[in-house]
Amino acid sequence: MGITIYVLTFALLLIGIYAVVAKKNVVKIIVGVLVIDYAVNLFLVLVGYRTGGGAPILAEGQPVTEFARTAVDPLPQAMVLTSIVIGLGITALMVAMAIRLWENYRTFDMNEIRRLRG
Amino acid sequence: MGIELLVVALLVFMLIAALVAVETSDLLSAVISIGAAGFALSAIDLLVGAPDLAITQLVFEVIALVLLLCVVLTRRDTSVTQPRDALRTGVALLACGVVLVIVFFAVGGTDGRGALPPFGDPVLNHGPGAVVSPGVSAEYLARGARETGAANAVMAVLLDYRAYDTLGEATIIFVSILGAYAILRRVGRRAAARKEEAAP
Repeated sequence: MGITIYVLTFALLLIGIYAVVAKKNVVKIIVGVLVIDYAVNLFLVLVGYRTGGGAPILAEGQPVTEFARTAVDPLPQAMVLTSIVIGLGITALMVAMAIRLWENYRTFDMNEIRRLRG
Repeated sequence: MGIELLVVALLVFMLIAALVAVETSDLLSAVISIGAAGFALSAIDLLVGAPDLAITQLVFEVIALVLLLCVVLTRRDTSVTQPRDALRTGVALLACGVVLVIVFFAVGGTDGRGALPPFGDPVLNHGPGAVVSPGVSAEYLARGARETGAANAVMAVLLDYRAYDTLGEATIIFVSILGAYAILRRVGRRAAARKEEAAP
């Protein structure tokens, strides 16, 4: 079951890479980058999962030794939290570029945009 | 076992949503499908014990959806469809298959001994003296509450142990928003005035 989860996550990554490499539409490429973002974040979180583990938040009155034995790994979660927020910044930048491209060329098609450069 | 089944179901949903988003010819449908995939990811985060991530992913999803809708709603692009090419599809599928087989053997394969620890058994589980070191996470869990006073170990890592990483992240956000603003802004007032002077 665990192997299935990992393989499915990588399949998601491949869909994103396929969209970025093969699609000609700017919006489709942005969507592909988002899919890659999801897949990598999800993979890192899954690597830190512990069977039956709870969130790494210390409950009131819970002994610390028991907490350290049952909670899932907090380190990948902290890094992925950073990564999600950076993903938002990247998305905003890509959307801004797409809007500019539309204003200059009136199309999202990469072939047209290349041809019009002259 | 129940959680793993749920995660697999949600992952299959994400795969379908991502495929629809990539292959549909309507850009509005693509954007909405990618939103569905993101909300499923948020649900997976909640299942595997990452409530902070689930909340952040939800916020990310809503903002990304609004931004992408801003792009597609008012701009009707009719050149989305591209002709089907059997050779190209075949090569793409073959490459994906090869990569997936490599991943299958890398994460455990047939004998369960891969480069990665098996799912549900992170390096954190191995005690001191094991072949694989338990890493720094075990220390964070055991000492985080005492050293930082934070009940939430993720926030203890993010805002205390690795605060400089978070500072760098804030810098990246600032620069990217600045970049988006620089790309989107209209021509400055001074330049427009100069143009008017030149051609009265």
